Amino acid sequence: MSTLIEAENLTRILPAIVPVTLVKDVSLSVGEKEFVAVTGPSGSGKSSLLYLLGLLDQPTSGTLKIGGRDTGPMDEEVRARTRLAMLGFVFQFHFLLPEFTVRENVEIPMRKLGRLSRSQMRARATELLESLGLAGHLDKRPDQLSGGQRQRVAVARSLANDPPIVLADEPTGSLDTKSSEQVFHILETLVRERNKTVIAVTHDMDMAARMDRRIHLVDGRVAEP
Amino acid sequence: MRLILEIAFTHIVGRGRQTLVAILGVAVGVGFSIAMAALMQGGQDDFIEQLVNTMPHVQITDERRTPPRQPAEDVFETVAISGLRPREDRRGIINPTAALTWLRGWVPGRVAESLKAQGVIRYSGRDVGASIIGVDPDAERGVSPIVGDFVQGSFDRLTAGGNNILIGDTMASRLGAGLGDTITAVSSTGLSRNFKIAGLFHTGTTARDEGEAYVLLKNAQILSERANAVNDIRIKLADPNAAPGVAKRAEAELGYKAEAWQEANESILEALVIRNVIMYTVVAAIMLVAGFGIFNIISTITHEKARDIAIMKSLGFAEGDMRRLFLIEGVAIGAAGSFIGWLLGFTLVYALAQVRFELATTGQEMTRLPIAWSFLHYLLAAGFALASAAVAGYLPARKAAKLNPVDIIRGAT
Repeated sequence: MSTLIEAENLTRILPAIVPVTLVKDVSLSVGEKEFVAVTGPSGSGKSSLLYLLGLLDQPTSGTLKIGGRDTGPMDEEVRARTRLAMLGFVFQFHFLLPEFTVRENVEIPMRKLGRLSRSQMRARATELLESLGLAGHLDKRPDQLSGGQRQRVAVARSLANDPPIVLADEPTGSLDTKSSEQVFHILETLVRERNKTVIAVTHDMDMAARMDRRIHLVDGRVAEP
Repeated sequence: MRLILEIAFTHIVGRGRQTLVAILGVAVGVGFSIAMAALMQGGQDDFIEQLVNTMPHVQITDERRTPPRQPAEDVFETVAISGLRPREDRRGIINPTAALTWLRGWVPGRVAESLKAQGVIRYSGRDVGASIIGVDPDAERGVSPIVGDFVQGSFDRLTAGGNNILIGDTMASRLGAGLGDTITAVSSTGLSRNFKIAGLFHTGTTARDEGEAYVLLKNAQILSERANAVNDIRIKLADPNAAPGVAKRAEAELGYKAEAWQEANESILEALVIRNVIMYTVVAAIMLVAGFGIFNIISTITHEKARDIAIMKSLGFAEGDMRRLFLIEGVAIGAAGSFIGWLLGFTLVYALAQVRFELATTGQEMTRLPIAWSFLHYLLAAGFALASAAVAGYLPARKAAKLNPVDIIRGAT
């Protein structure tokens, strides 16, 4: 099992009159096909760590390698390109673009990457959405869907460019029990059947217990659970 | 790029009413700029055309720019001669026949000679001061538009009788004389001669209609007791812009002051340049105001779309993509506004061109507003609009590109 994400002494401090430490000296390694939970109390730095791993934020110090490449020297353009090709995001709130249909939302990352033809993009978006139980909703807009359905669209969008890593920030946090279970099952399927690496921030300890590994944070540091 | 265009299009269409207001703001700016430019340029062109048509393009008079050298200065090699009484030169252009033959040999246009003398026109006890201009009717036709300005009689009737005179309608009314009446012209030397009014002209220029009288050149020479004299040579060129060159050559050869119409109207032409600067400043100000409208809507869109910016950045869109997206939105509004502004401008210019009104001073002339139809006005207005739109779009676009997605995602959660 090769290593996909490798972080060493990752630290993120928000500059302010009184600097705020979000993440402190976190070192971790995540391999292929791993289903990793990031847990911890509120304000412990879970989401901040996820944003660092997802190249949405830059560490104050420490090194981060994704797919073996050091992300430190990357400029903004390369970081964006890496996000597009290597990483998929699922947030607590679906964060779909409201003016576009469900299918268009899934097609947008593919169109940005430009690897496939328009017909191939359309076919892939359709296939992804159908596999997540959204066959009858392809041409609807996000506001015509339920919370659970929207989150499944967000999962489909995160998989659009077939990235090896999916980062999920409390993906079930705003869903009811049934929808939460559905989304968790989908994430688990991504790891077991589609060979993806999923790192999910969660408050739900039962859910975390069902995942392969758990990284517990307290005050920005990795701690024993 | 097509994806960015589609997202931009979706954004601006999604904000229908605001977009419409911004587009209309640009359109009104562009439309009125075009109309104003057409009106001002039309007025200027009309004015210059009037100048070019009514004036000779080059006028050679019997004046000199510098006093002629006196014989004593040529004979004695001294630094200065004081108490010298200048030689009395005979007024008028010396050897006018040779000068005219030389000019007609190379000037690309028509040449007419005349003798202008100051005098008084007298009728039934009323005197009106006048410039009595002796002309050769055939040559005069080629250089003066007065031939077409007759309200009674005609220019051709000058040649019909030996002692005919053509006067302005205002002078006629001041004298109380009419067509066919016999008036007396008195020269500055006191010589008088009777003339029969053969035509009344109305040029629209009060000074001319009130103070000019045309007679045959021979009659003017007799009246002013200057046989064969000519003191004015007027040239009408095929290309009015060639006037300075022709004037320079004529003056160098003949020694008399030769003035091109541009030189004669230098201060007016300078005033027109200043007027143009003012006009384009006003146009720029109008477009600047329209630019604020665009700035407002793009700022609003970027503010409201902050979450979408974060989403797109998390998906893999770079800062450059965000800048392009909102810049395109600004330019698209500018382009749509320019296009509608063109239609509005064309309609306004067309409507202005239809306006007819009567000149209050004369009560007899119907005229239209002078309008210039120039595609350059459309290009300039659209250029200003697009530049304003680009700047107005760029500033919020730059801000949008710098947004940190984490800040927005944290704010949303």
